[in-house]
Amino acid sequence: MSYTDVDTQHLSIRSDEDVVRLRQCVRELMIAAGFSLLEQTRMITAASELARNTLRYGGGGEAHVRRLLTGSRKGIGLAFIDQGPGIADIDLALTDGYTTGGGMGVGLSGAKRLADEFDIESAPGQGTTVQISKWKSF
Amino acid sequence: MEHIPILKMGNLLLVTIQVDMHDRLAMTLQDDLTTRIVKDHASGVLIDISALDIVDSFIGRMISNTAAMARILDARTVLVGMQPAVAITLVELGLTLHGVQTALNVEKGISLLQRNAT
Repeated sequence: MSYTDVDTQHLSIRSDEDVVRLRQCVRELMIAAGFSLLEQTRMITAASELARNTLRYGGGGEAHVRRLLTGSRKGIGLAFIDQGPGIADIDLALTDGYTTGGGMGVGLSGAKRLADEFDIESAPGQGTTVQISKWKSF
Repeated sequence: MEHIPILKMGNLLLVTIQVDMHDRLAMTLQDDLTTRIVKDHASGVLIDISALDIVDSFIGRMISNTAAMARILDARTVLVGMQPAVAITLVELGLTLHGVQTALNVEKGISLLQRNAT
């Protein structure tokens, strides 16, 4: 992903309330950037899933919310970073219906479908970083 | 502790979710609803989500589980007021609200529950 970060907000993800705060932050930024209601809904839903993963599986961490610019395109980028146990088999974790935490198993795979770009870095004992972005179409 | 209000109308229970729900609040609502179905001898539950901007997998699971628990307690659940963008996102997310009846708005939801009751 090559782009210019315009500014980055760092939000702590340590509680259920932090997840709600993150959703509100993403919504405000997307409204300001002029994203459609549907695109807002997709990105906020993806953010909610990934923030929950950071909290439940990563033992908490932080989210970075960025405005993106490349040429004439505007976008929004989110990063979810934890220092938790990490994921041994990323392909398996991305399989619909696979869960280790009693959830529906659609969080990671669903967030990937809802975003325009998706990137995950994780290894056992190394924590997990998931990045997603959404670009505004003209 | 925070609770979402549950209104009783005849033998129906009505819930309008008007806050940006976190997971603990969703679980509390699920517990409160099942408790009230038994306490109030309710035959139907109507959940209005017209004020909800998103339904993610956790909220979706709460709704689905509540409907399943209600069914075992002999009550029907109808979900009403879902915004189009929320419906599109739910399907793309890969979530099916298994066993949940839906209606377009509160009025249609109530008539569906009353029709089922007779």
